[in-house]
Amino acid sequence: MATADSSNELVKPVNDVLVTGGRTFAEVNEDVSRPLETFPTGKWWVCFIAALGAFFIGAVMLLITMRDGIGVWGLNQPVGWGNDVTTFVFWVGIGHAGTLISAILFLFRQKWRTGINRSAEAMTIFAVMTAGMTILTHTGRSWLACFWLLPYPNQRQLWPNFRSPLEWDVFAVSTYFTISLIFWYTGLIPDLASVRDRAKNKIRKVALTILSLGWRGSNKHWLHYEQAYLIFAGLSTPLVLSVHSVVSFDFAVSQLPGWHTTIFPPYFVAGAIFSGFAMVVTLLVLAREAFNLKHYITMDHLEKMNKIIMTTGMLVGYAYGVEFFIAWYSGSPFEQFTFINRAFGPYWWAYWIMVSCNVFIPQLFWFKKFRRSIPVMFVVSLYVNIGMYFERFVIIVTSLHRDFLPSSWAMYVPSWVEWGMFFGWMGFFFIFFLLFVRFLPSIAMGEVKSVMDQPRKGGAHA
Amino acid sequence: MHKENKGPVLSGVVGFFDDPESLIEATAKVRDSEYKDFDCFTPYAVHGLEHAQGLPRSKVPYVTGALAFTGTATAFAWQYAASKTWWPHIIGGKPFNSLPAFVPIMFELSVLFGGIATFLAMLAFNRLPNLSKRSFDPSITNSRFAIMIESPPVSDDDEAPAEFSAEKAEAFLKSLGAKDTRKVFEEGWF
Repeated sequence: MATADSSNELVKPVNDVLVTGGRTFAEVNEDVSRPLETFPTGKWWVCFIAALGAFFIGAVMLLITMRDGIGVWGLNQPVGWGNDVTTFVFWVGIGHAGTLISAILFLFRQKWRTGINRSAEAMTIFAVMTAGMTILTHTGRSWLACFWLLPYPNQRQLWPNFRSPLEWDVFAVSTYFTISLIFWYTGLIPDLASVRDRAKNKIRKVALTILSLGWRGSNKHWLHYEQAYLIFAGLSTPLVLSVHSVVSFDFAVSQLPGWHTTIFPPYFVAGAIFSGFAMVVTLLVLAREAFNLKHYITMDHLEKMNKIIMTTGMLVGYAYGVEFFIAWYSGSPFEQFTFINRAFGPYWWAYWIMVSCNVFIPQLFWFKKFRRSIPVMFVVSLYVNIGMYFERFVIIVTSLHRDFLPSSWAMYVPSWVEWGMFFGWMGFFFIFFLLFVRFLPSIAMGEVKSVMDQPRKGGAHA
Repeated sequence: MHKENKGPVLSGVVGFFDDPESLIEATAKVRDSEYKDFDCFTPYAVHGLEHAQGLPRSKVPYVTGALAFTGTATAFAWQYAASKTWWPHIIGGKPFNSLPAFVPIMFELSVLFGGIATFLAMLAFNRLPNLSKRSFDPSITNSRFAIMIESPPVSDDDEAPAEFSAEKAEAFLKSLGAKDTRKVFEEGWF
């Protein structure tokens, strides 16, 4: 690699920063396409069969729920929302990191996003699909759900209540899924063309030609493409903030102490990004190892994500503190009771698991050594995932289980059917993610190339 | 494998470059030359190339804007009609026309309409899906850059025969620093 001449100082070395190992454009295609063109490894099969197994258990539990109704769950008065809504909020939240990476970091010109955006967006889509499944199941007779949820013209002129946050949620989540899918697919078009042009098998080539829409890299196409991509980023940014805000309205708009708080929208969005980044780290630590993508998903990428995890973790911790302060400051004995009960009542263990996993453990990332250690970040990311599940559990269940009338107080324990479904949805998500890394380019090749060391006139590299 | 490109109709002449810098320089020269129908082919969006090529700004944002606004209006009209005219109910003592409560869906529908419109507009402006024009070289989606000087369409009336010499165009591209040049014939994907 020759040094750049002085006239080109401005476009100088991004090499070995965002993509390491001095890769060339052709090697990018080679590295990214390899997992797609070889038979999956034993490790992949083990993961895939485990995911299928988990989903199978969940499917059986789902059938039991459909046969007998949601009475087989542990829900009853006064706890009417439990594991079902907890998993819904958990999975919607997971999705937010993908959109943050693909849209918000794009608007802020954070070039490091190119290495991780494709897989993060895929994670978003699969997480929102999982969330959709959990919430449809939660309606009980889910095969009728579309009649209840969607406004459609009908002979009796019945319409849903548009003043309800639950109805806003239908629109928020379905819009989020649609836009994320379009955004992701648009990003995939040039990469599918790259894989198509390498394809040797005839059927594969035809399939990829159709999927890539016959893309051939024309700059007249790139012009509209780039413009559309920028607009998607611009649309997705307020969208992603709105989605978890609307999810938080499901709680905040009610009158229940513990839910009825104005801090919920930013608190939920911060929590969503926090949990989503943890999931991205969990998945990418494994994927870069399994598919040898260490030149693209570098330690620097992981370190940056760990910084975001720590920052958003502290935002969430701040929200926990403010909730307590406001409960005291409100002067309402019901608010005060709810929060003291949350930390020291029967569900104290859930509360302290949440605080430990979300606030204390991520503090490890103050140290560079830990931010750049694969085992440490992997374990921390798992703890954050656990902590964020418990956060939603704590918000939902502890606010409900102590009703206004002490005679109706009760405890909620998820039934075995609910646990089975919890793992089932986990399997559902991983089935899709594993198929994604197997069949689609998991690094945005076209975008990575634009931030790499560019070949120079006369064959020199910067 | 990429089969050899052959056919009766010449669609143009292509010149390959190995780096974006030479491509941009050469493109600017083609733009200022006698050849008006030309296009560049790149593995990723090369910034600055659209200026060198003299392309006008994309019109996609206008479509997005128009449809996003349609979404806002649709959502309001729909919620207003359903809540006030079709099925008026007093819920929580709120007025039938509860505008603040309609805002979230108005926003979501703006994004939904705008986003889908953006995607469709991008496809329409680019004439995608493209079935009629095959990729002329697999290296374009990999690591190489190209300029294609398109031959003018064969016209039926003999009065204005298009004069296009492939050899001349190839020589021109070579003079701009193309690493190699080649004739491309019209060929569809299937």
